[in-house]
Amino acid sequence: MRMNKVYNRIESIVGNVITVRAADVRYKELAQITTRFGRSLAQVNKIDGDIVSLQVFAGGQGISTGDEVRFLGRDMRVSFGDELLGRIFNGSGEPRDKGPVLTENMTSIGGPSVNPTKRILANRMLRTNIPMIDMFNTLVVSQKLPIFSISGEPYNQLLARIAMQAQADVIVLGGMGLKYDDFLYFKEELSKGGALSKTVMFIHTASDPTVECMMIPDMVLAVAEQFALQDKDVLVLLTDMTNYADAMKEIAITQEQVPSNRGYPGDLYSQLAARYEKAVDFANSGSVTVLAVTTMPGDDVTHPVPDNTGYITEGQYYLKGGRIEPFGSLSRLKQNVNGKTRKDHRALMDAMIRMYSSYKETLEKKNMGFAMSRWDNKLLKYGGLFESELMDLSVNLTLEEALDTGWQILAECFEKDETGIKSDLTDEFWPEN
Amino acid sequence: MTQNTGKVVGVNGNLLSVKFDGSVSMNEICFVKVDDTALKSEVIRIRGNIAQIQVYEMTDGIKYGDEVEFTGDMLSAELGPGLLGQVYDGLQNPLPVLAQQAGWFLERGIYADGLDHEKKWEFTPTAKPGDVLRAGEYIGTVPEGPFTHKIFVPFYLLGRYTLKSIKEKGMYTVKEPVAVITDERGRDIDISMSFKWPVKRAVRCYSERLAPVETMETKIRLIDSFFPVAKGGTYCTPGPFGAGKTVLQHTTSRNADVDIVIIAACGERAGEVVETITEFPELTDPRTGRSLMERTIIICNTSSMPVASREASVYTSVTLAEYYRQMGLNVLLLADSTSRWAQALREMSGRLEEIPGEEAFPAYLESYIAAFYERAGYVRLPDGSTGSVTIGGTVSPAGGNFEEPVTQATLKVVGAFHGLSRERSDARKYPAIDPAISWSKYKTVIDADKSSYCKDILHKGMDVASMMKVIGEEGTTLEDYILYLKSEMLDSVYLQQNSFDSTDSNCFADRQRYVTDKLITVLGSDYEITNKDDARIFFNRMRQRFIDWNYKAFESEDFKKAEAEIDMLYSDGKGVLTGAAQILLKDGR
Repeated sequence: MRMNKVYNRIESIVGNVITVRAADVRYKELAQITTRFGRSLAQVNKIDGDIVSLQVFAGGQGISTGDEVRFLGRDMRVSFGDELLGRIFNGSGEPRDKGPVLTENMTSIGGPSVNPTKRILANRMLRTNIPMIDMFNTLVVSQKLPIFSISGEPYNQLLARIAMQAQADVIVLGGMGLKYDDFLYFKEELSKGGALSKTVMFIHTASDPTVECMMIPDMVLAVAEQFALQDKDVLVLLTDMTNYADAMKEIAITQEQVPSNRGYPGDLYSQLAARYEKAVDFANSGSVTVLAVTTMPGDDVTHPVPDNTGYITEGQYYLKGGRIEPFGSLSRLKQNVNGKTRKDHRALMDAMIRMYSSYKETLEKKNMGFAMSRWDNKLLKYGGLFESELMDLSVNLTLEEALDTGWQILAECFEKDETGIKSDLTDEFWPEN
Repeated sequence: MTQNTGKVVGVNGNLLSVKFDGSVSMNEICFVKVDDTALKSEVIRIRGNIAQIQVYEMTDGIKYGDEVEFTGDMLSAELGPGLLGQVYDGLQNPLPVLAQQAGWFLERGIYADGLDHEKKWEFTPTAKPGDVLRAGEYIGTVPEGPFTHKIFVPFYLLGRYTLKSIKEKGMYTVKEPVAVITDERGRDIDISMSFKWPVKRAVRCYSERLAPVETMETKIRLIDSFFPVAKGGTYCTPGPFGAGKTVLQHTTSRNADVDIVIIAACGERAGEVVETITEFPELTDPRTGRSLMERTIIICNTSSMPVASREASVYTSVTLAEYYRQMGLNVLLLADSTSRWAQALREMSGRLEEIPGEEAFPAYLESYIAAFYERAGYVRLPDGSTGSVTIGGTVSPAGGNFEEPVTQATLKVVGAFHGLSRERSDARKYPAIDPAISWSKYKTVIDADKSSYCKDILHKGMDVASMMKVIGEEGTTLEDYILYLKSEMLDSVYLQQNSFDSTDSNCFADRQRYVTDKLITVLGSDYEITNKDDARIFFNRMRQRFIDWNYKAFESEDFKKAEAEIDMLYSDGKGVLTGAAQILLKDGR
């Protein structure tokens, strides 16, 4: 092992990025910077001849050109093991709670992707008892799904509820730019529900340095992956990926990269994909399921962050007005599981959404003051029942109960052949009263 | 040739600057030595004695001064028997072999041969000593799954050759020489059953390129009857996320009426590839009765795999497609998604600090896209037979907005456009191809006049629907309202199709022709209906009967029963065929 090299001359400081003249330094290597405010980690993100650029975790403020930069000869790592459970760390991997620093069993973060031939088809349903998920957009073990939401929606509450109700061996929570209140909320909810002892948290709050925000997903996913390789079903919760993307944007702009779309770097898609694709079901071993909040600035789903995310993930839950919207929400993997739940599941799901879409059109007509036909009135009744009996986020029903409720609603509003469902199914499931 | 080497002088993401001494060529492959591995890379720019290279792997740990070895070769695919059924990454490394060597993860610096060099194949010579041959003509055959795999004079050999000797029928590996040919200057060249071809160059060993005239059945009604694709043609499927691009391609890859399907999963989800790998070996190809996997090659460079090999993956895929076309086969290449490939170009362009074009895509984006789609084609081969490469690419426009550069550049060069719409997918109308914006320049499987007749009803009905939004249902005449109901019915029983149902998803041309005639009867008739409620009830019932009919196997007893139900309802409604429909339904059309 070579000696750690120490440099005492910083050539430039721009935002959170510094440069030093150094030799024998590796791309992505870590360094430690000692300033009068204390020590911080930094990571090499560009080498140009003997000029080495580093992003400083604690940020550029207060760094002096004469401060000491010591290269550590290793990349970013995180400790792994059962002793992580119940612990809370920051974006540099240091404890945020009062527990000891962990140095055992260090594992590299941002490792290579899984060989697709070693994955297995996602085919286990993850029950949440939320009808808009279980019945209409079933969550599947090893799925990667964002929760699209505008600020102000109860996305962290939804995340916490899923964490409590979903069956997972280990939960790894990553907070990026998290409000301190929300951090406390998660801590409290998880310990109330008795889930804290199976949870590891990596938390970057809104007041912490930007570069640390960028490290959170990689640390969370490296730990999750290791647990999964020990046969655990791991649920990863990330909130909020838009803050993560904004941190990347900030660094990219600082380094004068050509921006592609609204200032985001051209590799935004690849960067997000590298994280989301860590969701996996290993053949004969554990799994990683990823749920990630993505707030949409201005409720704009075409904003680069939700847009790129939508192309990467296996669907999305669209949280609007305190409800999971049936339009826009989609679980791409539901087809893998909803064919073997109950035979009416798919047909009922499709029909109910189709009717709800017609209801929305009718509602629009009604709001414009048009007279309502008999058919329109049926739809209006249907829409109201659908929203109160199934869509409301407070509804807590098993999948089977939700399906029965669905038939009940249809029967209250329509005749059999108005539903567009195959006759074999209506004959069997249509309620007889 | 002496080993040409260089030294790393800069690292920026997966772009390295390398100082070299000898001569280096553009797109040459080189290896960067890091610790005890060597990372495959490609030269993408040369300035003075600095070559900029893109590394097909993660570049962590590379430092100033690391050694780079240039190979003198361009990125090539290994062509020969044994490609079918394989799952490759973008650089043609077989993923199962990598899994054997490295386990769960795609560790960097591990490469494997595209073809199995140990396996023996049964070679049957077809050429005789003294035959005069050119590149792309064949000297023998090998059975590969359900196909007769032809062994070619390598595509890169220029000029005319005389066959000097050829091995007898027997078992050989792909590397063993099976023939010797002599060039015009009398030099002997050994030919084995495999050779390499640089993937970024189109294979042009055909006699002539023909116009694509024959329709490629996809079994998807909306496509085959209204917006068809031709063998040797090109088409694109742009759509916002969640509109069903991938499901559509997946269905096409299973049902398309072609010999070979090459699936290029380019920068998309790994899970989708797993689905194909898991399902295909279990499914039967109705054409051959054998496993669907035997006619499929998967090139998968999913979104988390290195971006430079994502760029290479589309070229690797189309090269394999051209290779099988040369055997007189019809090949379909499905690229999902070409936007990810374009983004890979954009990422590298950004690192090279090129002046950005629209949305930071490089200025050469259009010409690259055009060149890629132009590698499709229906061709006459040297032996007189024909073969085709059809390319279908999905496009993932940012924000679902088709005005963006990749969609626009693609629309200029393809022969059919299947535009997916968010409104249709939100309303669960699958496939969510929007009939209002899609088009095709190819021939439909149903009679062209019938196709236009149906499209006409659809468009008129849509016009009524949008007018109704303004003037309301009560302001609409009964006649218009019925037109609207007819178009709604046509949409839900014919345009929409359940791709998860084995019968409905597999609607072949004969069935499409049969069903359209029935539909034209129903849609092209006037009924004794006096009010809108009755009209809605009648067409709801009719719709229901057609949907039930769609799920019955063609010409089965159930099929006939369901058809009788339709006829009964039709006579109950006292339907009278209009003149226009009568002309369309005359015998022999």
